[in-house]
Amino acid sequence: MAERHYDVAVIGGGPAGYTAALYCARSGLTVAVLEKLSAGGQMATTDWVENYPGFDEGINGFELAQQMERQARRFGAESIYGEVTEAELSVSPKRMVSSEGVITADAVILATGAYPRELGLPDEGALRGRGVAYCATCDGMFYKGKTVVVAGGGNTAVEDALYLSKLCRKVYLVHRRDRLRAPASSRQTLEGNGVEILWNTRITGLRREKTLTGVELEDVASGARRELACDGLFVAVGRVPDTALFAGQVEMDGAGYLKADESTRTSVPGVFAAGDVRTKAVRQVVTAAADGAVAAHFAEEYLLALREGAEPL
Amino acid sequence: MTPISITKENFAQLVEGAETPVLVDFWAPWCGYCRRIAPVVDQLAQQYDGQLVVGKVNVDEQPELEERFQVEIIPTLLLFRDGKAGEPLVNPGSKAQIVDWAGL
Repeated sequence: MAERHYDVAVIGGGPAGYTAALYCARSGLTVAVLEKLSAGGQMATTDWVENYPGFDEGINGFELAQQMERQARRFGAESIYGEVTEAELSVSPKRMVSSEGVITADAVILATGAYPRELGLPDEGALRGRGVAYCATCDGMFYKGKTVVVAGGGNTAVEDALYLSKLCRKVYLVHRRDRLRAPASSRQTLEGNGVEILWNTRITGLRREKTLTGVELEDVASGARRELACDGLFVAVGRVPDTALFAGQVEMDGAGYLKADESTRTSVPGVFAAGDVRTKAVRQVVTAAADGAVAAHFAEEYLLALREGAEPL
Repeated sequence: MTPISITKENFAQLVEGAETPVLVDFWAPWCGYCRRIAPVVDQLAQQYDGQLVVGKVNVDEQPELEERFQVEIIPTLLLFRDGKAGEPLVNPGSKAQIVDWAGL
């Protein structure tokens, strides 16, 4: 496959990536979004986005993603459904090797987002889709009328447990601490919806036949062990930024998020970080979109300086 | 070509009788992951036009096909060569994974 060159390459097609592409394209830059599956990232697995302004009744996350892609495309942004396997960010032009060929670009916007953290238990990978799930709104329907366990104690775990309580026969929330990392009213709401919370408890193993049949639990305080039969386990124990590809090239914090301030500039000139992948306080669709616009602005500024032969910022 | 709709009535003709390999996507309208792979499945149908036929089975409407091919999870992709299904691919995470699996 031939090498293709763009002014700007965007890696990741979530709300940050497609907003960056929209702004770049409207500025007259050539831009390609490299996306391994389809538009939307984490947003595409959100059943109903209720806090993105302008959609007063809310909107399905996948549909919103499709609209963002179409909007960017209307101004000339391209989508390449390719998985990036190598990225050389310090050379000029910057070079990405993907399953759809080699792409070079003068500036790169990294918008790879984050993916759900695994519990790290034996057989967890093998049981994925066979009882172990990471997205309640995506997979909840498979467990209609069944017994499920939600692992975690933050906002996502609470929301997942509430969503599942409307579908499932019984929902347990297993949390290793004695309080939730979620609004104070959450506990009451959960219990009011029949969710049974197992405090100070961690999951130490998975029981299986062909699919998941139960989880092994350990009381954190006493060390007492027991088994809980269930059909599904929803893991909601945080997210991991998708930055392994950029290790050693772009500065990161201890958790692997790309270090960049509100300008989205990373430690590498001409490389910008937008959306959930960036070190920031609030990770929402709307802040991801905002990052995309900012990254496009500073990418354009960088390209102007580059073409005038000035030392780029 | 756009993906064709596969039913128990046309299965023998369109899949078993096809001269090219047939990639069949088992899906349902309520399945979020199925929607996510749909743009890639559509693109494969166009990109490999002539080499590959792409079909879709709505498992809500075609429970007989779902049962016959023991589809327990959706999306599941099956590749038929000479009318015979190979190893299924369950819930692929990228276009690259589908291309590798299908040997395209």
